[in-house]
Amino acid sequence: MSRESTLDRPLPNSQLERQNDALAPPSINQWKRTGETWLVGLLLPATLALGWEISVAQGWSDDRLLPTVSTILVALWELFQSGELLTHVANTLQRVLLGFVFGTLAGTVLGSLSGYWPLVRRLLDPTLQALRSIPSIAWVPMFILWFGIFETSKVVLIAVGVFFPIYLSLSDALRNVDRKLVEVGQSFRFRHHELILRILLPATLPTYLVSLRTGLGLGWMFVVAAEFMGAEYGLGYLLIDGQQTGRPAVILGAIVAFALLGKLTDWFLAILARRWLRWQDGFQSGVEHA
Amino acid sequence: MLEIRKIQKRYPNDFLALADFSLSVKQGEILVIVGGSGCGKSTLLRLIAGLDQPTAGSISLDGTPVLGPRPEIGVVFQEPRLMPWLTIAKNVAFGIRHLPAEEQRQRVAQVLKRVGLSSLAERWPKELSGGQAQRVALARALVGQPEVLLMDEPYSALDALTRHDLQEHLLSLWVDQQPTLILVTHDIEEALFLADQVVVLQSQPGRVKSSFPIHLERPRQREDTLFLQWRSRLLKELDHANRVSETSSGPVTRQHQTTAVG
Repeated sequence: MSRESTLDRPLPNSQLERQNDALAPPSINQWKRTGETWLVGLLLPATLALGWEISVAQGWSDDRLLPTVSTILVALWELFQSGELLTHVANTLQRVLLGFVFGTLAGTVLGSLSGYWPLVRRLLDPTLQALRSIPSIAWVPMFILWFGIFETSKVVLIAVGVFFPIYLSLSDALRNVDRKLVEVGQSFRFRHHELILRILLPATLPTYLVSLRTGLGLGWMFVVAAEFMGAEYGLGYLLIDGQQTGRPAVILGAIVAFALLGKLTDWFLAILARRWLRWQDGFQSGVEHA
Repeated sequence: MLEIRKIQKRYPNDFLALADFSLSVKQGEILVIVGGSGCGKSTLLRLIAGLDQPTAGSISLDGTPVLGPRPEIGVVFQEPRLMPWLTIAKNVAFGIRHLPAEEQRQRVAQVLKRVGLSSLAERWPKELSGGQAQRVALARALVGQPEVLLMDEPYSALDALTRHDLQEHLLSLWVDQQPTLILVTHDIEEALFLADQVVVLQSQPGRVKSSFPIHLERPRQREDTLFLQWRSRLLKELDHANRVSETSSGPVTRQHQTTAVG
């Protein structure tokens, strides 16, 4: 009896303790330390911004080409109040998300196929690798000819950018899934789709989620290029518009908006990843990261 | 009845792992196969499991040939091989995924209770000890109620105490379901503790050197005089098997002997 009970108890595993530490609210000391790190990091930009603000206010220098932070915020606020900012953000966000979804779908399907079937890989991979070496922006003129200058060509360009990192890491990760786990599936007579859905894809999930974040980052990069090629709305359009109408505050405002949106969407994926990867037993997998 | 008839396994790199290998195992028997490393023990189990095909000869279970993995044959590997992304209960349910959800739930609960791990059903594999993980692997193999259970050095990575516990535990489970049990090991004591029949293998190429029915009464005591006599007899046999097949490399033989003593 006593044997059963000792065997039965879960391990007082150091891993678990580490994880619980990470989930517990940080102590006051930790907060203080995080706060200090933040303050130190902010010191340089804040001093520069403040210095610039004062120097412009005193009339020592001209803010025609480099607006002060307050001017940027005012510009953003005006854009927001007129409703323009929201339209631009909505347009850009829609393009990125559509491109991301299509790119992810294509990357996932083709990546799975070429990672699973050697024949498909031999057939597909050389061509895709060749295409990958072309800078995607180089396709812009072709895409405009094929899909017109409106939404389709933009979404396609973004999707192409998102596609490659996902295809590449998924097909590679699949080929490197632990053979021993696959064998368990074989001993239970899994069919192809069961093997893929129940063993291979979950096993590659950590890599896959990282590739989604890489893909999304590229999506944000490509949306700027896409909106440069002629758009009526969108943050990329706002950049061009700011340049053509000589309003640097608007350009910088758009850049700030890009930064915030990029961080926000990446953060969203990071949270999903943490939820889905609770099972991971890695060096530091339980440890909080920014 | 599991029948292995004159099988041969030659790997693509021309390595002959098994040659002219025949064996028959009665329903409900515990057969333990011992041999030094590289004598084709694992190869043999993989062939019986249908994970690999022999290059010649045939394997049949109750008259039908084994051409691939079959539901009547369960496997426990040397490592637990649990899916790290599934909870313990879901890992066990892997073996009966075709059943309706409610029945799956019941049978998983039942088998987890039998291996004494009910309280860990919702845990992740990373939270288990080595012995617990290996018991989950056993539960996963047993949940489909196989006729034949194959085990490939299942306890070799565990400490002696846990190993003894799990051997007793395995016997108590076997009494319930009485599957044919084929276990491969390099641990003579483990073999004697469990087996109705011990088969000693000789390597390069792997083949049966000798076979002993063990008529010791259960539960067996490891300190029993008869047990110890059998132990030294089997050790000699195993040592001899290693010597014969590895005349070229003396030190390796010594090494085998020490692992066999465990």
